[in-house]
Amino acid sequence: MALTIPDVLYIQLRLHGEATYPHECCGVLVGVFDETGGKTVKAVVSCGNTRTDSPANRYHIDPEELVRIQREAMLAGHDIVGFYHSHPDHPARWSATDLAEAHWIDCSYVITSVERGRAVLTNSFQLLGPEENKRFEDEHIVVIEQ
Amino acid sequence: MSIKVLIPTPLRPYAGKQSTIEVNAQTVGEALSDLVARHPDLRRHLFSEDGRLRSFVNVYLNDEDIGYLSKDATPVKETDTITIVPSVAGGR
Repeated sequence: MALTIPDVLYIQLRLHGEATYPHECCGVLVGVFDETGGKTVKAVVSCGNTRTDSPANRYHIDPEELVRIQREAMLAGHDIVGFYHSHPDHPARWSATDLAEAHWIDCSYVITSVERGRAVLTNSFQLLGPEENKRFEDEHIVVIEQ
Repeated sequence: MSIKVLIPTPLRPYAGKQSTIEVNAQTVGEALSDLVARHPDLRRHLFSEDGRLRSFVNVYLNDEDIGYLSKDATPVKETDTITIVPSVAGGR
């Protein structure tokens, strides 16, 4: 499986991590699933991080934002295909917290490491289910010119 | 009356691959009951064994969290839309 994303959107989500440094950024990937389970991102929607108690190492997206994004995506014939967040001064690998709090089976979870304010690595992980036995699997990111 | 329920992508495999399902209900609780009656595989993904919504499942009536309304007893009308969204969180 692969996550295909236009270069401008890929840059957008990486820059979001720089803008919120040293706090974690977060947002939603809107796009389409193809017949083989791959995904193509059509829009990146930046969200606020509601974890104001611990924004340097935690993120949470307001469900009300998710409701609005999902509704607008469906009206456009798209779906929520994944999410992104940053790891300030920490590797671009999923953590135990990331897995425990991930519930969108088959969606992509994109993580960008931001070191001293600069986005470094961006990796994607597909959440595989079921919920009781979920796991992340490395997912190839294909960046295309737009 | 018939109202719409929007199904998020991870739950669609248990809902006949549909993104929107029409249910008959007078309240949010009835709507969710009708939903799982039509699609029994959804039940364990929405509710825990004690019958409560799972902790990471959010249910909205239009733009309002039902937790801030009257929860299951919240009345619905024909133009309403119920949206189910699992939570999104994490961190390093």
